[in-house]
Amino acid sequence: MSTIVSLPDQATARIPKRNYLTNENGLLSWLLTGDHKRIAVLYLISITFFFFIGGALAGMIRLELLTPQSDLMASDTYNKVFTMHGVIMVFLFLVPSVPATLGNFLIPIMIGAKDLAFPKINLLSWYLYLVGGGMTLTAMITGGVDTGWTFTTPMSTHFSNTNVITTGLAIFVAGFSSIFTGLNFIVTIHRMRAPGMTWFKLPLFCWAHYAASILMVLGTPVLAITLVLVVLERTIGIGVFDPTKGGDPILFQHLFWFYSHPAVYIMILPGMGVISEVISTFSRKRVFGYTAVAFSSVAIAVFGFFVWAHHMFIMGVSNYAVLVFSLLTMLVAVPSAIKIFNWAFTLYKGSITFETPMLYAFGFMGLFTIGGLTGVFLGSSGTDIHLTETYFIVAHFHFVMVGGMLMAFLSGVHFWWPKMTGRMYPEKISQLAAVVTFIGFNFTFFPQFLLGMLGMPRRYAAYPHEFQVLNVFSTAGASILGVGYLLPMIYLIWSLKYGEVAGNNPWQATGLEWQIQSPPLTENFTTIPIVTQDVYDYEWLERQKEHEVTHVG
Amino acid sequence: MSDSHAVAVVGHEEGHSEHPAYQRHHFVSMEQQNETVSFGMWLFLLTEIMFFGGLFTAYLIYRNWYFPAFVAASHTLNLWEGTINTFVLISSSFTMAMGVWCAETKRSKGLIWSLIGTLILGAVFLGIKYDEYHEKYELHHIPGEIFHFNSQGFVHPSAEALKTGEKPLAPDMAAKTEVYFSLYFAMTGMHALHMVIGMVLLSGMLWKASHGGYMNGHIAFVENFGLYWHFVDIVWIFLFPLLYLISRHA
Ligand code: HEM
Ligand SMILES: [Cu+2]
Repeated sequence: MSTIVSLPDQATARIPKRNYLTNENGLLSWLLTGDHKRIAVLYLISITFFFFIGGALAGMIRLELLTPQSDLMASDTYNKVFTMHGVIMVFLFLVPSVPATLGNFLIPIMIGAKDLAFPKINLLSWYLYLVGGGMTLTAMITGGVDTGWTFTTPMSTHFSNTNVITTGLAIFVAGFSSIFTGLNFIVTIHRMRAPGMTWFKLPLFCWAHYAASILMVLGTPVLAITLVLVVLERTIGIGVFDPTKGGDPILFQHLFWFYSHPAVYIMILPGMGVISEVISTFSRKRVFGYTAVAFSSVAIAVFGFFVWAHHMFIMGVSNYAVLVFSLLTMLVAVPSAIKIFNWAFTLYKGSITFETPMLYAFGFMGLFTIGGLTGVFLGSSGTDIHLTETYFIVAHFHFVMVGGMLMAFLSGVHFWWPKMTGRMYPEKISQLAAVVTFIGFNFTFFPQFLLGMLGMPRRYAAYPHEFQVLNVFSTAGASILGVGYLLPMIYLIWSLKYGEVAGNNPWQATGLEWQIQSPPLTENFTTIPIVTQDVYDYEWLERQKEHEVTHVG
Repeated sequence: MSDSHAVAVVGHEEGHSEHPAYQRHHFVSMEQQNETVSFGMWLFLLTEIMFFGGLFTAYLIYRNWYFPAFVAASHTLNLWEGTINTFVLISSSFTMAMGVWCAETKRSKGLIWSLIGTLILGAVFLGIKYDEYHEKYELHHIPGEIFHFNSQGFVHPSAEALKTGEKPLAPDMAAKTEVYFSLYFAMTGMHALHMVIGMVLLSGMLWKASHGGYMNGHIAFVENFGLYWHFVDIVWIFLFPLLYLISRHA
């Protein structure tokens, strides 16, 4: 009889010869692969590429804002730069980042399956992502877009003479990539679980992805059709959003935010899944209130569909609607708070250690909480009317999305790096990078809350003199933040060759992914496991430490 | 097994492939594969509902706002052609269902003829749709530059229409018929696009069926395509009353 748990195997000082990376060779074997792990790697590379383009554009924005005049670039260039920054970061980085890389890699393994339900569709998703990304870059190079990432009408349909059509279609295509990923995850989690892997033994990472996938599947098509209508309006002049023909530009906003508010949860939920895994592992405890955390993901997904109009308080929606949407918005905060509190309780009396993934997770909890709390200001229509379209908004969503999601992404990449590559990254410098990122982040975005409260509007290349000091802080912070992002890039690549061999389970974590070799075999499991162990059963793991342990397969 | 954390072993060892060739390696059984694929298809149709949902929402809102314009504009649609098309499409759903049944019961001839029937009915539908579009084009009811409403009876209804008590629309309301036609073309166009995609897939299936395909019991593709085709049919079942029928003689 073999047990599924293998404790630290100092014995394996070598990376297994046969694994998913070495299984087949040649470029073609990668480009035509159906292996979810290889597709995850392909995504990781391409998403990182787009992240750095988006980041370079952020650098240009911050440089421009160093001085009150618009001197680095003219206003219309500035418009194009922040639009591209937003489009790339939202649609090509945030939306796919955790699901397409970590989700793709881990979900089948975590539930004891050999692959996602639809490997070919998974590969197709990646190609759609590339086509969408390629079209976006084309739009950028051949003249840019200046509508902002929200494509708001009538700017996008009538007044902008830039590449709205190419970009709109690019997002349409990338959207299908995300729909297919979500579809694949839902079906996989429903139908491919190993015997014994009941819903309440699913790692919270899977629950979070399940909820995010519901949003992808139900929300993204609405965005797709909305963009089609914009494109049709620009090309053949149908007038659905055109007030001169009786159409309504506000309708565009309803449809757009019906997707794009849930989209922020598409972005953040998978990140929350990562945090649950990391916190549990490094405090060596089962996540407090597992069921509550699991259901809160689903609750966020459901409520997420009913709050979109809080983006439209100043658009002339009725007072009654403002009231209702304010209230509903507050309600979404509840399941998010449940998560934060439960993580805090998990930490309480845990044996906490501060490995890099954990540092990023702490960063996530702090920054996401601030981002979330400031969301309450914006959800209350009274304060929103004062703060909207100022830098307060910019700070708020960067705290949630960059402080939240990006921290979670980095946490997850570090956490599962040993599994994906078989090697460890250098611990000291990675801890340093986490700290630098955290400091740089606060330096960059905290001043923007103040700027917003003082009334500096967003989306302008020039601003009154009195805002300069805070902007200088922000730009200085951005350069620290930039270093924080570059460091992992360098040492992670370095570790591919020189990193210490990780072994199967460097963190001594529970979870099926840690029971198989690193890097895994192409088929993940030589034999499909039967799961009898509870999820996050660290108490049991501790007890087993004294015992002899055997391996599976 | 005193230890409840123990793990047993199921499934077959690698390399022992006793399962049929069309079972993908990552499924444990054909049953699991079929269930999974059909679940995926239902989910995909759900995304399609959301996709059309955006358009339906827009339609319902504008219809509420510009009710008289929508009623007047819907009168200009060709009720006969719409009705015939509804029958054509329902018939094609029937032939498709026959096709699935034939595949299940391994009737090769029947399958081939059902697919041919479905293909032809689909083509008839698109042909009639083309005729309707053409008529709209000639009447300048295509939104955009060439759109023109004044002479088209919205402001000055025909003598015949006046006899039935129809009132002329105020010019500003008449102008709103353009919104109606925008939605008409967006919705029926999107529907027609789905038909075209369906017909491409149908042709592929037909080719395979005429080469002896789908007779080995592995008919997941036929079944799922059937679902798709019925879905496209159902979308039309909603479009037809919304665009052609309701308040037609209010
Ligand atoms: C070094 C880091 C970054 C800096 C300095 C930065 C800076 C900025 C600034 C100043 C704006 C406001 C433009 C304006 O409204 O006038 C902006 C907008 C935006 N940023 Fe960032 N950003 C950074 C990273 C990111 C990241 C990592 C993401 C997403 C992952 C992101 C997402 C967005 C989005 C969605 C917008 C809105 C664009 C729009 O208004 O159309 N940013 N960024
Ligand atoms: Cu929102």
